[in-house]
Amino acid sequence: MTYESFEYDVLVIGAGGAGLRAAIEASAAGVSVGLVCKSLLGKAHTVMAEGGMAAALANVDDRDNWKVHFADTMRGGQYLNNWRMAELHAQEAPARARELEAWGAVFDRTKDGRILQRNFGGHKYPRLAHVGDRTGLEMIRTLQDHGIHQGIDVHMECTVIELLKDGDRVVGAFGYDREKGRFRVFAARAVVLASGGIGRAFKVTSNSWEYTGDGHALAYRAGAELMDMEFVQFHPTGMVWPPSVRGILVTEGVRGEGGVLRNSEGKRFMFEDIPDLYKSSTADDEEEGWRYTQGDKEARRPPELLTRDHVARCIVRELREGRGSPHGGVFLDIAWIKARLPNGAEHIKKKLPSMYHQFKQLAGIDITQEPMEVGPTTHYVMGGIRVDADTQMSTVPGLFAAGECAAGLHGANRLGGNSLSDLLVFGQRAGQYAAAFAKEQTGASVNPDEVEAVARHALVPFERAGSDAEGPYQVQFDLQDMMQAQVGIVRSQAEIKKALDAFGQLYERAGKVGVQGNREYNAGWHTALDLRNLLMVAEAVAKSAILRKESRGAHFREDFLEKDPEQAKVNTVTRLGSGGEMEVVQAPLAPMRKDLQQIIEDNK
Amino acid sequence: MSSATFRIWRGNAEGGAFEDYTTEVSEGMVVLDAVHQIQAEKANDLAVRWNCKAGKCGSCSAEVNGNPKLMCMTRLNSLPLDEPVTIEPMQTFPLIRDLVTDVSWNHEVKQRIKKFRPRDPDAPDGSWRVDQYDVERVQEFRKCIECFLCQDVCHVLRDHRLHDKFIGPRYLVYTAALEMHALDTDDRLDDLANEHGVGYCNITKCCTKVCPEEITITDNAIIPLKERVVDRMYDPLTKMLRMFR
Repeated sequence: MTYESFEYDVLVIGAGGAGLRAAIEASAAGVSVGLVCKSLLGKAHTVMAEGGMAAALANVDDRDNWKVHFADTMRGGQYLNNWRMAELHAQEAPARARELEAWGAVFDRTKDGRILQRNFGGHKYPRLAHVGDRTGLEMIRTLQDHGIHQGIDVHMECTVIELLKDGDRVVGAFGYDREKGRFRVFAARAVVLASGGIGRAFKVTSNSWEYTGDGHALAYRAGAELMDMEFVQFHPTGMVWPPSVRGILVTEGVRGEGGVLRNSEGKRFMFEDIPDLYKSSTADDEEEGWRYTQGDKEARRPPELLTRDHVARCIVRELREGRGSPHGGVFLDIAWIKARLPNGAEHIKKKLPSMYHQFKQLAGIDITQEPMEVGPTTHYVMGGIRVDADTQMSTVPGLFAAGECAAGLHGANRLGGNSLSDLLVFGQRAGQYAAAFAKEQTGASVNPDEVEAVARHALVPFERAGSDAEGPYQVQFDLQDMMQAQVGIVRSQAEIKKALDAFGQLYERAGKVGVQGNREYNAGWHTALDLRNLLMVAEAVAKSAILRKESRGAHFREDFLEKDPEQAKVNTVTRLGSGGEMEVVQAPLAPMRKDLQQIIEDNK
Repeated sequence: MSSATFRIWRGNAEGGAFEDYTTEVSEGMVVLDAVHQIQAEKANDLAVRWNCKAGKCGSCSAEVNGNPKLMCMTRLNSLPLDEPVTIEPMQTFPLIRDLVTDVSWNHEVKQRIKKFRPRDPDAPDGSWRVDQYDVERVQEFRKCIECFLCQDVCHVLRDHRLHDKFIGPRYLVYTAALEMHALDTDDRLDDLANEHGVGYCNITKCCTKVCPEEITITDNAIIPLKERVVDRMYDPLTKMLRMFR
């Protein structure tokens, strides 16, 4: 077979915030860099991020600093986080935000002209640098516009389907271009995975078609360990109506600006259940909550701004107990602030312009006049590739990971706003250390037999064209339905078991799908190739979920409602067993440094 | 449930034809939903580019009943469904397949525009002080999601095919965002006049009309750039003064 061949010191797979930042850093270190993106440059999922980027700049509240940010992140993650990552993240995020400004990003400003910061769930002080409700767009465009002048070789609409190894080391990757379906072989001294998440494993999701867990699965098959795969974040507020937009994100910024959640009885149900960890930092009444959203430093946050896992579960409770909205959600009301603010409608449009448009255009609803209907949507995976905190290298030499596909920073639940900063902080680190690693390596050697085998395997679905083989879409839909129903927000032994029993059959069907047509921009073929990644990550989620017999963060077991102190001491590790089977085990957390423990104590 | 017919372009650079697909439609559906449904049920290999499905990434640009649109933001109830809905690829760019076009020319154009070059930071920590008022002027342009619908509809590109002489509305907006950026120190006016063909735009405002982000492309970006270029190069007084320098 014929291949187009490329050789780089560092190959970055994924061109969202983390991938772009890694590529820029590696390139600045003087090595050659290839950047592969599954879509066009600038369209990656980062573009969807709305609320902002968490960084303790202390521009709005000078009581903020990295220690408070660190403590907030650990509390939000229920202390399963990799504390070193949480430390680095909190310390380095401010510099990463300022650097973005030096590259042309245009953040909203404070009265004295500095970067403005807004409140968000789980953050003690206003901490999110933002641009209205389109911060992700600003970030990815800034990185893109800066990156295209750095001598990075960009491969757009190119999907990697396997990593290539030489002994223990990763030495490249194999992929195809969407346009013609031509195969590409990338030899590389170091590879950075920055491929994002796994949302497409579920039916209701805010994630695009790209989010099929590619990086997770590539790393797993290459022998790297994954960690904490049971922790999937269901964002509390996705659109629920009309059906075709179900799952599209409604930014937490709506609640940050004073939006409230009500059930069908008109009650602000979030006041009814406030977790112990957050009792002292939550408002006593509606009045105090409102003052908080308007910047009163003496006030405590309204319960709508509790962590995402908790808000999502409260919504599910309302739904189960029959107090939902007409289309199976609850009401999110921002229009009510007109009673408090002169020019309220204009204020809403200015602060939340893309939410205003999204509802106006897709649901025919004017959010300045009436409440939105919202419900939980699969949004983010805390779990991912297990990495070294400082270097972001996985357990396989030469393979690095950053951003959503890496695990550790967020523990059992991610705080809003900590994702964009995660991308920059650890994208930068991955790029730096991948470049350093690459410089130390001598020639990479790609094994032609391995390449040939991967290529042949990729073409198998075409051999079944014209036969009565099943297409790939139905298998994908069935997997999504199953994960949504059985390994979703509320889990139990029996339900997860049912899902696990069904995997055998799904794998078998996925192995037999056929595709029509030729290799040119063939979505059916692409879906068929993505299927095995999606199945792999879904299985890892289910197997990890059945192992953690407690409720913590985003992982909620109705058969084990409480937190188990013993389970607070372990992460869940997924790896490829020697016989090709999936091994899921628990591994002890590293003991936390004393000074960091003290910071957590001080911030309780 | 009712059904509707979609007349979708199928083919590649070598040729093709419209094909009719009838599928079920339900309340709230957008054009992209119908295309996906057809792809899953009837034409697995139908090529369509999309990502966010929420009007934020600018991937699913196409021409729906002849109008340049994001398919994900075009609701079926805004279209007459008693006749087939025509969906075809953007016409200004080379076709790859079905609804997907080769937009790489746009990326090449961006590369040719001088990058952002900020003034020295205002504070020792490397940060700047900028007024919200100055920020907002540029933020309008930075809303652009690079869907290239403005490029698609611009007659200088679409009809006259002046891709090598004119950078198109998207990149005039991009240049405006840099030129009006409070911190930028570079100068792009000579490039605008000579290399980037700002003069080709005759302000018919077609680009403004199709912009899904409602950027006032012509009035707020292109016309001010034209004025700056004219001030610099064609102002008679300055020109005369320059002769004596």
